[in-house]
Amino acid sequence: MPDKIVSSTEPGQLVSHLFRHEAGRIVSVLTCMLGFDRVDQAEDIVQDTMVQALQSWRFQGIPDNPRAWLYRVARNKALDVVRREKRFREISAETDYWLQQENADTMQERYFFDEDITDSQLRMLFAICHPAIGVESQMAMCLKILCGLSVREIAGAFLTTEETIAKRIYRAKEKLRQEGIQLEVPTDAQLLVRLEAVQKSIYLLFSEGYNSSNPDQLIRQDLCEEAMRLCLLLAQTPRTQQPSVNALLALMCFQAARFDARTDANGAIILLADQDRSRWNQALIQQGHVYLNRSAEGAMPGEYHLEAGIAMLHCMAPTYDATDWPTVLLYYDMLLGLKPSPVVALHRAVALANVEGPQKALAEVANLSGLDSMHHYHAVLGDLYEQNGQFEPARIHYQRAIQLTSSTAEKELLRKKIEKQ
Amino acid sequence: MDKFMFVFHSPYSQETALMEMSPEAMQAEIQKWNTWIGGIAAQGKLIGTDALAPIGKTMTKGGQVITDGPFTEGKEIVGGYMLLTAASLDEAVELAKGCPMFDSDGTVEVRPIINFE
Repeated sequence: MPDKIVSSTEPGQLVSHLFRHEAGRIVSVLTCMLGFDRVDQAEDIVQDTMVQALQSWRFQGIPDNPRAWLYRVARNKALDVVRREKRFREISAETDYWLQQENADTMQERYFFDEDITDSQLRMLFAICHPAIGVESQMAMCLKILCGLSVREIAGAFLTTEETIAKRIYRAKEKLRQEGIQLEVPTDAQLLVRLEAVQKSIYLLFSEGYNSSNPDQLIRQDLCEEAMRLCLLLAQTPRTQQPSVNALLALMCFQAARFDARTDANGAIILLADQDRSRWNQALIQQGHVYLNRSAEGAMPGEYHLEAGIAMLHCMAPTYDATDWPTVLLYYDMLLGLKPSPVVALHRAVALANVEGPQKALAEVANLSGLDSMHHYHAVLGDLYEQNGQFEPARIHYQRAIQLTSSTAEKELLRKKIEKQ
Repeated sequence: MDKFMFVFHSPYSQETALMEMSPEAMQAEIQKWNTWIGGIAAQGKLIGTDALAPIGKTMTKGGQVITDGPFTEGKEIVGGYMLLTAASLDEAVELAKGCPMFDSDGTVEVRPIINFE
C-alpha cells in the first residue's frame, strides 16, 4: 500500500501504529487459541504484554524485531494462564491437544506463523461481522478487537460516549457467545453471503471516516485507514479475494486519494468542482487502478464495481467540467438498477444535471420521496435551482440544509453559497 | 566530565494508569522516552538506564522484617534511573529538562555521583 495508508518506518522510530495493529493481531490469535468465551482474557493478556513492552522499551529502546518480542511475551502469558487454570474442558479442543503435547514451541508454530495470524484475523472478522450482530456493534468490535483502538478512541471517532461504545461491544460479545458463533471463515455457498456482510461493515466503517461530521481530521483518516487494512486482509487471502473485494478496495483507494484535498487549512469544505487536483494522492489512485483491474472478472459488475468506476472517473478527470459525465451517469443508471434507492437517485441527478442540464435533473429529483429530512438532499436541490437561475427556491433549500446538518463546516459552506448568489 | 544519576520518581497512580493506556498512547509514550534518551546518547553522555518494576521487597530491621513492595507510603515509587556524564550539575539539570517524566506528574532527582579519586 502507498505511504499515505501504511506509513513506512523512519530510522529510530517505531512503525506507525505498531502497538495498535499488533494488539489487534495478537488478540485475534490468542482468542482463536483460547476460544471465543475467553476473548476478554485475551484482551487482558495483550494489554499486559503492551505494558511490559512500554516499561522495557522506554529505557532499553525498541528491540530489533519488536513484533517477535510481543508475540513471544503474549504467548508465554497465555500459556501461563492456561496452565495455571488447568480447566482443559473449557479450552478449545485444539488447544487442549497442543497443551497435552507439552510442547510450547509446537504451539507457537501452530498459531504464530504469518499465515496463521492472517487466518486468525479473518476468522475474527467473519465472527464479528456476523449478521446476528448489529452494524454499529460490528464497527465498534472491528475497531476494538481487530484494529486495537481503545474504547475512548472509538467513542471519539463516533462522537459518542465511552459508555455507549462499551455497551455496544458488550452486547456484541454476549451475542457471539449466546449464538455460539464460530470463529471460522465459512466455506462454499455460505462464504459469499457472509463475505457480503463483512464487506458492508468495512464499507460503512470507511464511510464513517470519509463522510462523518467529526471535526478531527486525524480520527477520520484513521477510520478510513483501518477499513482499508481490513479490506486488504480479504484481498490478500486466496479464499476471500473475490472480485467484489478488489472492487471495494479500489473504491476506497480512489476516495482516500481525495481525502486531503476536500478541506482547506482551516478545515473548511472544498467541493469536488473547486478542489486542487494536484493535491490528490497519485499513488493511491494508481493503487485503485490496480485493484479495479483485478476486480474485473466474474459475470456482473456489482455495486462496489460501479461505485469504484464512478470514483475512478472523477480521479481521472483533469477538471470538473472535463469529467466523463455521460459514463458517470451510465454507471449511476446501472447502480440504480442494482440498488434502487432514493439516495443513489439523488447522486444520479447530479450527474444528470452535468449531462442534460439542471432542469432535467430537477424534474427527476421532484419524483424522489423520503429524503426531506436529509441535509444533502436540500443542498443538492439548492445547487440545481441555482444552476437553473432560480435563486429564491435555491436559497430556501440551502437554508433548510443549514438547519438539518450538524456539521459547522457544512453550515459555513452553505452560507457562503447563499451569499454568493 | 563528572558522573550523575537521574532518579525517576513517579506517583504510584501513574504506574497503575499504564494499565489503562491505549496501545496508541503507549507507543507515543515509548517514542517520547526514546527521543529524549536518544538525544543524550547522541551526545555521548549516556552510561546506562533502566526501568524498575513496581514490585519487590523492602527489608528492614537488620533484614529480619521483609515487606512487599518498595512503596511503603503508596504515594510515589522509583520507576527508573539513568547514569550519565555531564560537565556540571547545571548541565545535568539542563539535560533532565526534557524528561518525559514531567508530562505525567513525575519528578526527577539529579544527583552527582561522588568521585573519591
